[in-house]
Amino acid sequence: MLTVDTLLIFIGLFFLTVAAIGVIRLPDVFSRSHALGITDTLGNFFVLTGVAFYQGLTLADVKIFLILLALWHLNPVISHATLRAALRNGVRPWIKEKK
Amino acid sequence: MIRPHDSVIVHTLARVFTPIIQLFALYVLIHGHDSPGGGFQAGTLFAASVILPVIAFGIQGSLAVLERRAIILGAVGILLYAGIGLLPLILGGEFLNYGELPIPGMETSARRHWGILGIETGVTLTVAATAVSIYYSLRERGEEEGK
Repeated sequence: MLTVDTLLIFIGLFFLTVAAIGVIRLPDVFSRSHALGITDTLGNFFVLTGVAFYQGLTLADVKIFLILLALWHLNPVISHATLRAALRNGVRPWIKEKK
Repeated sequence: MIRPHDSVIVHTLARVFTPIIQLFALYVLIHGHDSPGGGFQAGTLFAASVILPVIAFGIQGSLAVLERRAIILGAVGILLYAGIGLLPLILGGEFLNYGELPIPGMETSARRHWGILGIETGVTLTVAATAVSIYYSLRERGEEEGK
């Protein structure tokens, strides 16, 4: 039976799968980090919201919300710091070669 | 030469998250014996809350006093652990048998509770101090090679 919590968790799993495929398939560190930074954040949001619905209204919801808040702040900043370091150390973004 | 990070975003995040990490470390330590967590985890979190400002803002000003003395704190942690562990052994129980701790006016279960908390605090101190001093010595070596 499809309820709200399972639906949310499956949407989140979809985003996490997309993030994983992106990390494997995309050509360079910048686009990989794009896949990871954006889809991973969204996937975490849906999975954790689904878990909160599954739990019902308890104190655990507050903790899940705090985890979500921390992830939303940490994930982009870690991507930012990594990519900044990569750019400073001479990694050039991948571009389509001209014929 | 290891420079401090120059991104405003990283600075702001480090400033906001350092006290939050410390608070969470205390939470993990205190709730260690009835939920996931415990001394080791709290210790690594404390160490992270010391290392994060050093990475973001550089070594100047940020708890650089700890550089040589961190390992002393580790020894204090081990002393706490061994002291609480050996006290019941001397008084006729087993090693780490908190029920034998000589705290007057307390039920056996309460004694066990506080005994475990004391042990966990010792583990926390040791782990935090060791991780911080490992970080400092790695950093020193990096700076020597960078010159």
